[in-house]
Amino acid sequence: MEFEQILFYVFSFWLIASSLAMVFSRNTAFSALFLILSFFSAASLWLLLEAEFLAITLILVYVGAVMVLFLFVIKMLDIESSTLRAKFTGYLPVGIGVAIVVIAEMSLVLGSSQFGLGKVANPIRHSSDYSNITELAMELYTTYVYQFELAAVLLLIAIIAAITLIHRIDPRTKKQSIAEQVNTKASDRVRLVSISSPNKEDKK
Amino acid sequence: MITLSDYLILSAIVFCIGLAGIFINRTNIITLLMCVELMLAAVNTNFIAFSYFLGDYTGQIFVFFVLTVAAAEVAIGLGIVTLVYRNKGSINIDVTNSLRG
Repeated sequence: MEFEQILFYVFSFWLIASSLAMVFSRNTAFSALFLILSFFSAASLWLLLEAEFLAITLILVYVGAVMVLFLFVIKMLDIESSTLRAKFTGYLPVGIGVAIVVIAEMSLVLGSSQFGLGKVANPIRHSSDYSNITELAMELYTTYVYQFELAAVLLLIAIIAAITLIHRIDPRTKKQSIAEQVNTKASDRVRLVSISSPNKEDKK
Repeated sequence: MITLSDYLILSAIVFCIGLAGIFINRTNIITLLMCVELMLAAVNTNFIAFSYFLGDYTGQIFVFFVLTVAAAEVAIGLGIVTLVYRNKGSINIDVTNSLRG
């Protein structure tokens, strides 16, 4: 058995084991931590597939941002007690049955007779001066530049939507009414009063 | 050697674990969101495996966009979860039945 194959099986084992642990864990915080482990294993598999940029992105974006967000929400909402009490319902046998049938069907379709080495040959590994990020950037900034900008707009919309959902309007908040400001005339704000000045003779 | 079908079957297994998790985990919405994330990771593994074995970078570009959409989805999903908790006091699946589904 080659070293690469051993790596593949080790990472696959941890990916499947931590996914199962995530699904069957009662504690949501443990589920999140197991999901982090499975993301790490997936990133290692992606490294085996020479997708270095996406592997690093998976760890940085998912483990660094998304899962931390999950853990924040889990800690903030204090759902430990309700989650630990909850039981798996009667969907457990049906769910496992459906999953096993789907895995069997997919294994038949995706087996080595269709996608084995005879059909799809193993590509030659790139040399050490190969840069995955350069290749991706060449594609991303030429062919897919429009979609890239759309993705940026999508993230902006997501930020605005998330803030709008969560933001609670406090009646005590001081705010500016722009329409009222623009419509104000000078006579609303300033009142000119004529003051009769005292006579100069009186001062002397 | 590791073949393409090894990667495909592995991601099929992980995808089905995520699918079964959605079926059997009726406890809270956050776990459901995490199962969706797991399924997306399995699909991305498929894309990258095809990209590597066919020598085409389009698959990796697509994974990039899937990651972007998934991050946006998580941000809004967790926002909705926080709103549900604020309004109902719990995020169990049982309390979110006001649509009588």
